[in-house]
Order: sequence, then C-alpha cells, then structure tokens
Amino acid sequence: MTATTGTGRLFSVRVEAALGAAAAAAFGALAVLGLAVAPPDAVQGDAQRIMYLHVPTAWVAYLAFGVTALASGLYLWPRTRAVAWDRLAGASAEIGVLCTGLTLALGSLWGRPIWGVWWAWDARLITTAVLFFLYLGYLALRRVLGPTEAGARRAAVAALVAFVDVPIVHFSVEWWRTLHQRATVFTPDLSPSIEGVMALTLWVGVLAFTLGYLALVALRYRIAGLEAARDAAALERAIAARVAAAAAAGGTVEPAGVPAP
Amino acid sequence: MSAGAALSPGRSGRGGAPAAGAAPAAAPADRPAPLPLWREVALVAAKDLRIERRSRVTTGQVLPFALVVVVLFAFALDPDRGLLARAAPGLFWVAVLLAGLPAVNRSVGVELAPGVRDQLALTRLDPSGLFVGKVLAVVVELAALQAVLGPAMVVLYDVRPGGAAVLAAAGVPATVAVAAAGTLYAGLAAGTRVRETLLPLLVLPVTSPVLLAATRAWEDALARAPGDAWGWVAMLWVAAVTYLAAGMLAFGAVWEDGT
Repeated sequence: MTATTGTGRLFSVRVEAALGAAAAAAFGALAVLGLAVAPPDAVQGDAQRIMYLHVPTAWVAYLAFGVTALASGLYLWPRTRAVAWDRLAGASAEIGVLCTGLTLALGSLWGRPIWGVWWAWDARLITTAVLFFLYLGYLALRRVLGPTEAGARRAAVAALVAFVDVPIVHFSVEWWRTLHQRATVFTPDLSPSIEGVMALTLWVGVLAFTLGYLALVALRYRIAGLEAARDAAALERAIAARVAAAAAAGGTVEPAGVPAP
Repeated sequence: MSAGAALSPGRSGRGGAPAAGAAPAAAPADRPAPLPLWREVALVAAKDLRIERRSRVTTGQVLPFALVVVVLFAFALDPDRGLLARAAPGLFWVAVLLAGLPAVNRSVGVELAPGVRDQLALTRLDPSGLFVGKVLAVVVELAALQAVLGPAMVVLYDVRPGGAAVLAAAGVPATVAVAAAGTLYAGLAAGTRVRETLLPLLVLPVTSPVLLAATRAWEDALARAPGDAWGWVAMLWVAAVTYLAAGMLAFGAVWEDGT
C-alpha cells in the first residue's frame, strides 16, 4: 500500500484500544460522579449536572477546530504536505461539529430551567451557533470536493478561512451584546466558583471527553484511509476490466479513454 | 503542467512549445514581463464588467431579485407598525447579502465555461490579480445595486436618510468584505456540481459579522449618532482586509488545479 492509499492509523493498534478503553472508563466514572456522588447545586439544583457534559463538549469543540486549523496549515505548507494532515483535519472537524451541536443542545436544556428560556441572544451562544454553521459548511464542502489532492488543498483553505473568521465573529458579537444589552441573564453571580467534588467531576468530564475525542478521531482517520484504499482498488478493478474487455474484443490492450490512476 | 516546472510558483505554465530542441531553461527569455498587479486587476475587472454589460445579469436578474426581497420584508413586517423603518439598515444588508450570492456565483460561473480555464492559464495572470479583479467587478455591481436599493427603501419603508459620511464609510468595506468572502468561497466550490446550493451555507456564516457590523453602523448613522459607528467601521475594514488578504494568498491554491 502506498502512502496515499494506505489504511493508515493515527496511533498504533494498542494505543487505539487503550484509548477506547480509557475513554469508556472515564465516561463510566463521570456518570457515577455526575449523577450520584456530586451534590445538587445550591442554586440550580440538579440542572447544574448538565454542566458536567456541557463544559467538556465545548472544550472538545474548540480543541477539535484548533486541530483542524493546525492540520490544514500543515497540509498547505509545501514541506509538510501529506494526505495524513488532510484526513486528520476532516476527522477532527467532524468531531468538532458533533461537540458544538452537543454544546448548543445541552446548553439549551440547561437554559430552560435556569434562565426560563431555551435560547438567549447571549454573545457566547451566538458565537457558538455561528461556529457550528461555519464548520458544517466546511464539512459539506469536504464532502463534495472528494479526497483528491486538489480537493484537499481547497478544503484546507476553507478550514483556515473559517478559523480566521472565528475571532471576527467573536469580537463583533461580543461588542454588539455588551454595547446594547448590558445586563444579560448570563451574569457572573449565576455561575459561582465551584470546588470539591463538583470540580473533580468537571475535570473527569473534561478528561473523558478528551479521551473520547482522541478515540473517535483515530477511528474516523482510519475509516478515511480505508475509504481511500477501497476507491483506489475499485478504480484498479475497473481499469483491469476495461483492458480485459478490449483484449477479448481483439482491440488494443491499452484502450483510449481510460483515465490514468 | 509540465511546462510550468521552470516557472515561479503561483504561475501556470505556457503551453506553446518553442523551436525544436530548445531547452526549458531558455523558455523564460522570450516571455514578456508579467504585468503589474494593478494592471491585471483592472483587466480582469474590466472583462467581468464587459461581460456584465453585455449579458445584463445584474441589472436584469440580481437587482429585481433584491427589490422583490425588499417588498417581501414589508409583507413579513407589518408596514403600519414602524418596524420597517427601524429595521431598514439590517434589512438593507440582508438584501445585499442575498443578492451577493447570485452575483459571486455568476462571477465565478463565467470562468467555468469549457476552455476558459485553459485560456486564463495561458495568459499567465497572477491568481491574486484574478481574485482582486473579480472582487472589484462584484463590488461595482453590488454598489450599483445598492444605489437603487437604498432609495427604494427610503421610499417604501419611510426611512429618513442621513449621515451620508458614515453610511459610505461603513458601506464600502462591508461591500468589499461580502464580495471578497463570496468570491473566495465560490472559487472553493467551483467545479463541483452543487456550487449553487452549497454557496449560501459557506458564505452566509462567514459574512455574518459583516452583516452585524454594517447594520449597527448604519443604525447609528440614521439615528444621527455617528460617534458610535466608527468602531463598527473599523471592524468592517478588518473583515474586508482579512477576506481580501485570505483570497489573494489562497486563490492560487484554489484556482489552479484544473478541476
């Protein structure tokens, strides 16, 4: 198998398995800590437990988009151009969009009992929603470009443009909401500093989701390699069939019109 | 592009083979010096505007579409409650964004006709010049559209016009930003069969800060409070320069792959 079609792995088989097991264990610990051990919040009650998922998913979303931008930059840089970076960028962005969607959904579930509304036009919420759509568009573009060299280059450009746009979105939205609506529901008093078992639970959540991110990215990366290998094999079979058909018909062994692989 | 191997990066090869036996290293000698960037920009923009003058897609299709959007806003927001006049800046820029989509689609679409890419490659245009030229043409088209859209809104929405300096100071970078981001993404999606349907999903989230900043600046201008607007104007310039720079840097990687 060549480098462009190989069924490459991000980590070795052992590390992949260990990551999956560690992620599963951490999620189990998070479930026990978050649902049973940690006390209900004094102000927010049980709804606060959503934070043990909401904060880690938001963290993984930012991590994933950061990895996508870094991998895209490394792909565009001629000295480090390798198909591995393109696959990593795509795999990471998929997990990032998933986690951004989860962040929005979980935040909405939390906002209903605490704020009384499913959605508030708060700066952070708007920025996250725009982020979600930015990378949804990136994934849609990746899908239609396909795994060619030119497609990977364009996808990398799109990822970097989206990444550069994030601070512009962030500052414009931040500025808008602070200029026109000083006291939002998102006041600092509503999120008191946390400590003890609640902080521990939150950190276990961050750990669990980070491990889960690594395991999912490794899996998605491997799938991308397998898909490329499958497509290459199908092309080779098609060419062999055309050549065989031409030979059977008594024509030239190398028929015109067969695209070079 | 085997002939391009000896060329500087970012340039397409020149297909024509010189006299038999000529070494590739001798080829650059008989090649005219590349044009300065501004000349390339002017050439591409003039070409696009010439195509527009002959085909009248902007005046005949995009502008009427934007006007229909303006009328539809009046259906959605009851004209009797004064909502339209208050929301006019935002509605104006939403209409411009929506009209900008077919405009950039058309701008990139004319380059996708069979053979056009090869001919463009033979001209050895700098991709940056091609990008800025196309953006400039779209900016001119959108400016013409705004020149009709603005007065139409004043008449239909009963807006009291004012603060022309701020309107212009915000309108110019906002239009440049929309045209630049739109052209870059249309180039990214060029050659795919779903360009028209994919483009709105790509362009609208990226340009959402432009809509936000331009709307706030225009609200401040119409409210005769231009002092608040200059921060938004600065933000619009940051966005315009960012998208222009991104397009100039990336259009070579986007455009020259022949797909």
